[in-house]
Amino acid sequence: MSDRIDVRKTYKLYIGGAFPRSESAYSYEVKDSKGKFVANAALASRKDARDAVAAARKAFGPWAGRTAYNRAQIVYRIAEVMEDRRPQFVQAVVQSEGLTASKAEKVVDAAIDRLVWYAGWADKITQVVGNANPVAGPYFNLSTPEPTGVVAVLAPQESSLLGLVSVVAPVIVTGNTVVVVSSYERPLPAVNFAEVLATSDVPGGVVNILTGSAPTVAPWLASHMDVNAIDLVGVAGDLGLATDLEVAAADNLKRVRRAPAAEPDWAVNPGLDAMTAFLETKTVWHPIGV
Amino acid sequence: MTSTPTVLDDVTRTESSLRQFLHGLPGVDQVGAEARAAGLGTRSIKTSAKAYALDLAIRMVDLTTLEGQDTPGKVRALAAKAMRPDPADPTCPAAAAVCVYPDMVATAKQTLGESGVHVASVATAFPSGRAALDIKLADTRDAVEAGADEIDMVIDRGAFLAGHYQRVYDEIVAVKAACARSNGEDAHLKVIFETGELQTYDNVRRVSWLAMMAGAHFIKTSTGKVQPAATLPVTLVMLEAVRDFRELTGQMVGVKPAGGIRTAKDAIKYLVMVNEVAGQDWLDPDWFRFGASTLLNDLLMQRTKMTTGRYSGPDYFTLD
Repeated sequence: MSDRIDVRKTYKLYIGGAFPRSESAYSYEVKDSKGKFVANAALASRKDARDAVAAARKAFGPWAGRTAYNRAQIVYRIAEVMEDRRPQFVQAVVQSEGLTASKAEKVVDAAIDRLVWYAGWADKITQVVGNANPVAGPYFNLSTPEPTGVVAVLAPQESSLLGLVSVVAPVIVTGNTVVVVSSYERPLPAVNFAEVLATSDVPGGVVNILTGSAPTVAPWLASHMDVNAIDLVGVAGDLGLATDLEVAAADNLKRVRRAPAAEPDWAVNPGLDAMTAFLETKTVWHPIGV
Repeated sequence: MTSTPTVLDDVTRTESSLRQFLHGLPGVDQVGAEARAAGLGTRSIKTSAKAYALDLAIRMVDLTTLEGQDTPGKVRALAAKAMRPDPADPTCPAAAAVCVYPDMVATAKQTLGESGVHVASVATAFPSGRAALDIKLADTRDAVEAGADEIDMVIDRGAFLAGHYQRVYDEIVAVKAACARSNGEDAHLKVIFETGELQTYDNVRRVSWLAMMAGAHFIKTSTGKVQPAATLPVTLVMLEAVRDFRELTGQMVGVKPAGGIRTAKDAIKYLVMVNEVAGQDWLDPDWFRFGASTLLNDLLMQRTKMTTGRYSGPDYFTLD
């Protein structure tokens, strides 16, 4: 059977729950860690980013309006479906990151565990970062976290699966919707992740995945007036670009999660920062005794 | 077309000559019309041409609110928006008109004043057109007296589909007469066909000729209350009709697609079609209009994108 013809794959984007080709019709070759051709991935253009933002905006209201408990169930469901497709993710990580099979398995396990961990936070984050504030008057004064809105995320360039999950899960679990630009050199785990999202009860538009180059797409997301926040971790180390993006983001006062000098170690316990970075605090005063 | 204007006079003399003429119009090639409309929709309009098209489209918008829940406040807000669609940008042109129910005409007129933005009013038992003729005429006169510059009447689709062409014709003529003002001027008459209820493109072509012969200033696709509303092929057939009518009689009639046009991209497709089918003369708010409410915001967003170079969002424009 060695003469079977290769099934050469050309992957597409994930926008609004569907898998469209790039509006530009461009795709690019994805190589494995040894430089061998693996598949073609869609090269997202600024118009794909525009469409993704529109899809994310449309999905935001209903997603934020779901109960935290329900969002937890859905994020947990992503982990379940990933677990079912573990071998596929292990292979994708081996190809993309050049790890040995056993190390890649650990990475996939960590990614799935991280989803479960964040799923658990959905209905607990309010208790931890919200508060009943003491005030000098006959009032209840309550601070509660609310989602920021549409968040653009530039996913890490090196850690193509664990890094991706670690930046997407904390954003959506609190009720935001996300437009994520995957790693340019290693987009395949993101493509597989999109296929998981499409089959795991995540409403269309909550997560939109663009494969392609962050320097091309990110300026459009950073300047987009309908994007409420941006996570720049994907341009870690590129101080010039990160600065330009921060300037562009200032026009509509986007929340910016700044680019670190180097990509962080994703294996360590992430803490709450990734969630609280994209939460707004709402404080209400309520008279006592009414 | 081989007939002449004098022949058109003969056409409208009796019911049977009218029927003979309308049924003698060449049939519409359905597949051809749809393919042509789809083909024209693929033209790429960019940079300065796009900027021109967006401004032209804004000038062509009949900003419409036809809801049971319309209040004077809502109509005033809409009128203010028609005059200054983008308050942040003084170079943004005004819309062509606001389109309201007859009882809101006075309110709209009061706000618009001498701004040049017209007040259009639907009339004749909009949207179904199911009322006695004298009620329809009273409805029209009410709107005209309240100051409407344009009257959007609906035809009696039931009569048309039953083949009572003369009745439809006479009704349009009567409503047109009711559009006359005491000072000798008259409100412009737009005739709404509700093409979504007319079943075939042949019927659209027939009713277009019927309305034009009866003296319509504008022919309009739909009320916006029936799906499908305006589509590109239907508008194509109507544009062909106004083109042929001018060739035959020398009189120009305007076209107004209404309902279902929500994006700037759609609007530009219509403009391309107007230019290619009817001709450049129709690329003017006096001869082509969009009946729309949400379209204006998308046009403004695209316009802002062109002037600022960054994508805008719906948060920066008023809801209606």
